[in-house]
Amino acid sequence: MSRALILHLGLLAVLLAGNVLLPAYHHGNMARIMVLAVYAMGYNIAFGYTGLLSLGHAMFFAAGMYGMGLAIRLADAGALPAMLTGLAAGAGLSLVVGLLALRTAGVSFMIVTLMFSQACYLAILYFGEWTRGDEGFVIQAVDRTLFGIDLSDPGNRYIAAWLLFSAVLLLTLRLVRRPAGRVFVAIRENEERARLLGYDTFRAKLSALVISGTISAAGGAAYGLLFGYAGASFAGVQYSIFPLLWVLLGGAGTVVGPLLGTLFMFYLIDLSSGFTEAYMLIAGLVLIGLTLFAPQGIAGELRRRLWKGLP
Amino acid sequence: MDFGPYLMLAMLEGAVMAAVLALTASGLSLVFGVMRVVNVAHGEFYMLGAVVAWFVAQHVGGGPAIGFVAALILAPLLVGGLAALADMTILKRIDYDPERTIVATIGLLYVIQQVALMTYGPNAQPVEPPFNQRIALPWLEWGDGGLAIYFPWGLSTTSYKLFVIIAAVAVILAVWLLMSRSKAGLIMRATQLDGEMATAFGIPVERVYAAVFGIGAGLAALAGVLIVPIQQAHYLMGGDALLLSFIVVIIGGLGSLPGTIVAAVLIGMSDGIISVFFSPTLAKIIATLLVALVLVFRPQGLFGARAR
Repeated sequence: MSRALILHLGLLAVLLAGNVLLPAYHHGNMARIMVLAVYAMGYNIAFGYTGLLSLGHAMFFAAGMYGMGLAIRLADAGALPAMLTGLAAGAGLSLVVGLLALRTAGVSFMIVTLMFSQACYLAILYFGEWTRGDEGFVIQAVDRTLFGIDLSDPGNRYIAAWLLFSAVLLLTLRLVRRPAGRVFVAIRENEERARLLGYDTFRAKLSALVISGTISAAGGAAYGLLFGYAGASFAGVQYSIFPLLWVLLGGAGTVVGPLLGTLFMFYLIDLSSGFTEAYMLIAGLVLIGLTLFAPQGIAGELRRRLWKGLP
Repeated sequence: MDFGPYLMLAMLEGAVMAAVLALTASGLSLVFGVMRVVNVAHGEFYMLGAVVAWFVAQHVGGGPAIGFVAALILAPLLVGGLAALADMTILKRIDYDPERTIVATIGLLYVIQQVALMTYGPNAQPVEPPFNQRIALPWLEWGDGGLAIYFPWGLSTTSYKLFVIIAAVAVILAVWLLMSRSKAGLIMRATQLDGEMATAFGIPVERVYAAVFGIGAGLAALAGVLIVPIQQAHYLMGGDALLLSFIVVIIGGLGSLPGTIVAAVLIGMSDGIISVFFSPTLAKIIATLLVALVLVFRPQGLFGARAR
């Protein structure tokens, strides 16, 4: 076993131990953080590894959440088919968006993804008859059983979040160390050169975006299923900014970065909302501070100072 | 009311909208044109203009007219100064890297918005217009005795709305004159064409950038002051302004001032007219999708010339 694998398996073991060690409040928070970190890891594949700075990933998160939620609400599907519907919705949407948006690059790509995401958000409001718009809808506890396990129970919920998180973490770890993942990094560093070496960069970027969108959708679907609610605010601009913030903070292009960033930001906002209503002020200040002083993020600094081989 | 007068009313409302939009968007376009960066916090400068106008109206005595004139002068100066400061402390230090600038201005957006929430509060506040006479508008119709003029009920505007349109046109003309006729404009255009060469000719490029960022924000703030007697000031009003300005700047061709004006009139008018006949949400969905597709298939904008 390599050092990297030992490190990540150790992290997963610590998180699993949290299930029995953490007090109730932090236990619930940690389950939430792991699901949100799945979203952040999905975003990281596009932004951190491939260099595709998207400002519209909330549409993939929401596609997973609403694909899952609407399947239960309208088609009365079970939890497993509903989850798969959510994943399929995310994959389909990211394929369509990718085919269009990847014709642009840089600033245009950011604006195009922002606009597509905004259109999705408005569409959720427009079809309020089914989606209940801003108000959202609750997914009943009866519908939240997977293989006979009740997911509304905190312990089961923690394990489910942990399983999904572990699967995505190991998948990311494997992906970025395989040739396909290396091509992503090559595109991030210098797309022209990667093309010159004979790689089909459009296809590579498209597959990165689809993988990223599908993982984000998995995060969204799991969030809806585990916490029992789907609402339009999850499709808003703020939820496109969050994963960017988490990934930048934790370290773009590192496997553990998204978790570190999500954990840090979650507790920062949790603590500051005790003092003020304007807790997004903290997010804004952190974003500015990051671009100025630590563009590499936490894990990026670790990689620079301690261990060059951190994947 | 008949269809004709109704349409005219929608167009008048659209024209006010277009005037304010043209001001806001020309600020965004100026910043993009000269500095090649996208300022996501632009909508917040618009909001700040409106909020400053409210503060000034609260604290300056002597009637709404004096307070309004004071706001018209103070708001762009204050907001422009703030923006120039942000440029020097943040954007300069990240070297105007396009992508990092967007991330930093997103941060700036939240900081401004949340500080407004903490100081100004979550409520929408009205500002009294300096003058507000109702002006009934005539309508022509073929009657029994040939062409007849009459005043349909409900077809009216206010003197303040007409003033907004005239003021916006005047300011935009002034910006155009500044850019094309003055030495300062020449310096800005030189910086836009080739920053390095401009430096070689002794132009203080960093100060030009700070000034341009400040002017762009000042234009947005001015638009905010003008709109606040019609709409109320609210700490979240920057979001829609930003979205619409983006749409206008992209349709008009990034960084082209004449294109921006044409697009602002087009979008403002059609927004007024479309939302009379369709649901506003549907209109917004169509508009955002249209912008995304324009960027994908015609990146130079509908009116812009092919860039480089």
